[in-house]
This record gives sequence, structure tokens and C-alpha cells, in this order.
Amino acid sequence: MTATSTDPTPAAVRATTSTLDLAGVSRWYGNVVAVNDVSMSLGAGVTGLLGPNGAGKTTLLHMMAGFLAPSRGAVTLDGQPTWRNPDVYRHLGLVSEREAVHTFLTAHEFVVASAKLHRLPDPEEAARRAIALVELEGAQERRIGTYSKGMRQRARVAAALVHDPQVLLLDEPFNGMDPRQRLHMMDLLHRLGGAGRTILFSSHILEEVEQVSGTVQVMVAGRLAASGDFRTIRRLMTNRPHVFAVRSTDDRALAVALMAESSVSGVELGRAGLTVRAGDYGAFTRALPKIALARGIRVQQLVPEDESLESVFSYLVEA
Amino acid sequence: MSTVTWITARGLFGRRRFLLLLPLPLLMVLLSVICRAFGVDPGEWGPAVLVGLGLAVVLPVVALIVGTGVLGAEIDDGTVVHILTKPLPRWQIVLPKLGVAAGVTAATVAVPLYVGGVLADSVRLGLALAAAAAVGALAYSALFLALSLVTRRPVLLGLVYVLIWEGLLGNFVSGTKVLSIQQYVIALADRLAPTELLSTTVSVPVATVMTALIAVGFTVLAVDRLRSFSVAGETS
Repeated sequence: MTATSTDPTPAAVRATTSTLDLAGVSRWYGNVVAVNDVSMSLGAGVTGLLGPNGAGKTTLLHMMAGFLAPSRGAVTLDGQPTWRNPDVYRHLGLVSEREAVHTFLTAHEFVVASAKLHRLPDPEEAARRAIALVELEGAQERRIGTYSKGMRQRARVAAALVHDPQVLLLDEPFNGMDPRQRLHMMDLLHRLGGAGRTILFSSHILEEVEQVSGTVQVMVAGRLAASGDFRTIRRLMTNRPHVFAVRSTDDRALAVALMAESSVSGVELGRAGLTVRAGDYGAFTRALPKIALARGIRVQQLVPEDESLESVFSYLVEA
Repeated sequence: MSTVTWITARGLFGRRRFLLLLPLPLLMVLLSVICRAFGVDPGEWGPAVLVGLGLAVVLPVVALIVGTGVLGAEIDDGTVVHILTKPLPRWQIVLPKLGVAAGVTAATVAVPLYVGGVLADSVRLGLALAAAAAVGALAYSALFLALSLVTRRPVLLGLVYVLIWEGLLGNFVSGTKVLSIQQYVIALADRLAPTELLSTTVSVPVATVMTALIAVGFTVLAVDRLRSFSVAGETS
């Protein structure tokens, strides 16, 4: 592969960038509100859409991609509505989460067909470039039905990139990829973002977003919970209070001792043991064994209680 | 051939569902050959095989399988998104798919109907049945393609139309025949090759106008529904 074949901006480095705007967008199904009054503006670069499963990320992405009408509000790409407007696909590419591909086609046929549907002047060349971008040249003449999940994903990305879109939306793009494919995809998104594309990808995995994007939009329960620089949000997440369930041979004595520890902000004595609130995860877990040892108490159980992503995100909503 | 036509045809012939098209036409040819071979009077077996099996079952069922498959199968498995994320006016997606559906249906049913018509009466009847069935294939395909966009159970609704409306009610309530593609096909075939074997109460002008209305109306409906195509809400 040559350097030029993987360059995401071949002959067409565009001076302008595209902006995807959401203004007060809500979407409900009957009584269930899937997306609640979300406003954001996405410009050049990579943005991560982070949130637990069921937060409304896919619904939001579908509205951005023109596959769902907002119940309220407006989604526009450079001022044009995305709903009922196929023309936006000249500048927009979508890689949906559902692993749906025409399995009876080879990747080459699939990507060339996409290029033809876009009415590109040279479909073969566009397909060659897109397939090289995702490093699928070696397998491009095999039927997609024979591909692994990660390879199918790359074929889909190639098809979405074949017309060199200014905006690329990806729903959980790293699902099913092995670590090497994941790194490659992250690198690709980086390069596309660096070349002035507007890239938005959704994920429920914090580390994925951390590695790829500097900007994040955090969704929780249909609402935009946090938005902006990833490091700031990550700091908020790290510094949140942690809750532990602790059982020991002498809960009362341990509770008294823990109250003197600076990393502990509260202790509750219950029938099942102690519920300890700690401001600093690391400091508390290091201090506990020392405190117990000094008092001759044996710790029988130490379980972090709310380490689920949902609780982390919920904390962000409150923060 | 347009790219949409090519993908649709590949998808249709690449799925096992396509094999479902073969038994009914084969059965019809087989019955016609047996009846002819045993010298049964065409007046006895003609209406049953040509109309009762050919026009009332083979044509609509083949049209149902193909018509709901050209777009419905892609909606079911999600691959339709790949075609919809292209800057194509939606009629440029619907028309090629309708063309494939009507073409494949017409080609599949024309052969057994032609054979049956020839064995029962004459080459002229065979050709008339094949031509009328091709027109009917277009109307049925438009109807079933549109059904695959307005409901998640197009096959079920299509079967209700074919079996209950056309098959059952058509025999007891003559008024329903005015809204029966099967009756239009019979009227058109009878006009092309007048014979005692075919009979209907629907006039040729009504059949012609209604067939055109159904084909155009449901195509317009399909284009409009595809323009507002929503991906079903998912869990995340």
C-alpha cells in the first residue's frame, strides 16, 4: 500500500467543512422519550457520542442521518434538513450499528456499487481508494458472507467513505473488532478528523472515546448530560464519590477507624455491613487494609457498589 | 442495467426464498400435461387449472413472494440502509425494484400459463394468458411492494388479499370482483383470446383502468413511504 492510497484527502482537500446542527431535538415513541431536547453543533474533527446502552445514542444518530424524523426540533447539515432529503448523502456517510451487508456480494462489488449509486465519475478508482483506506485489499474479491465481523465492519466503512463525505457518522464502530483492527480504525478516524472531516462515533466504552476523540457528547437517559473536552469530563468522572460495601469481623470498630481516614467522606453501619463513601478511589483502597491490620480487624468483603457506567453517567448528570 | 436493479436481482436470486417460486408453476404444467395426456375434456379441467390454479394461485403467490422480497427482504435484514444513504430520488429506487419484481413474476408465470393455454385450447389462448398475466404481475408487484413499506407483515396481508378477498369473497360477493386483480387478468385474457374457459363479470375497460390505477397508485405510495423511511428504534 502506498502513502497516497491511504490518504483520506486525495485530490479533494476541501476548503470548507460541514457542520451538523441539532436544535432542541426530541424524539418520543408513544409515552417513551428516547431523546429529550438535545442541542449540539458538530464541526470538523472527531467527536465521541458516549453513553450507556439505552441512552438514546442510536436514535440520535438515526435522526442525524435522516432515518428518523425528530418529534420536535431540527437536524440540519449545513442548513439543510436531513429528514426526507436524500441530497444530504452527497456529503454524509453512515455506518450503522446493525451488521447488515449484502453478503452475496464481494467487498469490491459492494463498494463499487456504492460508488455507482453515488454517481461518482470513476467508481472503480473511488472503490480502490476506499478499500485501501480500510486495508481490505487482500480480501476484496471474497464474498462478504465469508468475512469476520471486523472485516464486514471495514467493508461497510469503505462503502460509507467511497464518496469522500465531509460528515461521517458511525454507530458503535469498534464492536466486534480485534485489537489490531480497533487501532487501525481509531487511526483512520483520527486522520479523517485531522483532514477536516466531521466525524461522530457512538460508544458505550469510555476508553474507546478517550483514545479517539478530544471532544465528547455524553448522553444519559435521552438527555445530553455533558459536552466538551474529554479530559475535563474524565476528571469529573474520576473525582466522583465511590461507594463500597464492606464486611469485617468488627464493623463498628472499623467504621470508627474509617471516619478518621481523609479519603472517606461517610460511613453507614447497617445489618449487612458497612457502606463507605470515599472521595478518592485509590487512596481509600490503599488505606483500608492498613487501618484494618492496625486494629486487628479482618476484612471479609470489599465490593465497589456503583461502578456501572450508568452510575458514572448519572453522576455526570447531577454534577 | 441500473445498479439498484443489479443488486435487487442478485439479492433475489441469491436467497433460498427464490426456490419457493418453482413448485407451483411446475405443478400447473404437470396437471395440464396429465389432463391432456389422458384426453380429459378441456371444458372440465381448463377453468380449474388455468383460472383456479394459474390465475388465482400461481400468479398472485409468485408475485407475493417476489414483490415483498425485492424491498421487504432488505428492510428486514437492514441492508436497505446502504441503498437509502445515497443521493438518489426515491423513485429511482422503487422503479427498478418494481421492474425486477414484475419482470421475474411475469417470466415465472408466463411459461406455465402459456403451456396450460396451449394444451387446453390454442396457442392464441396461451399467449393471451401469458400477456394478461404479465400485466397482472405489474399490478400485483406494485401492490405487494407498497405493502412491504406500509406494514411489517406484508406477506400475511398479501395472503389475506389473495386468499380471502380475491379467492373467497370473490366467489360469493360479486361486488368484490371490481377490486380484484385476478378478475382484471381474466377479463384481459378473455379479450385477447375469447374462450368459454374464461369468464368474468368485470368489463375490459374497467379492468384496464383499474389495473393502471393500482399499478400507478401503489407505486406512488411506495415512493412516498420510502421517502419517509424510518429505521426502527433500537435499544441503544
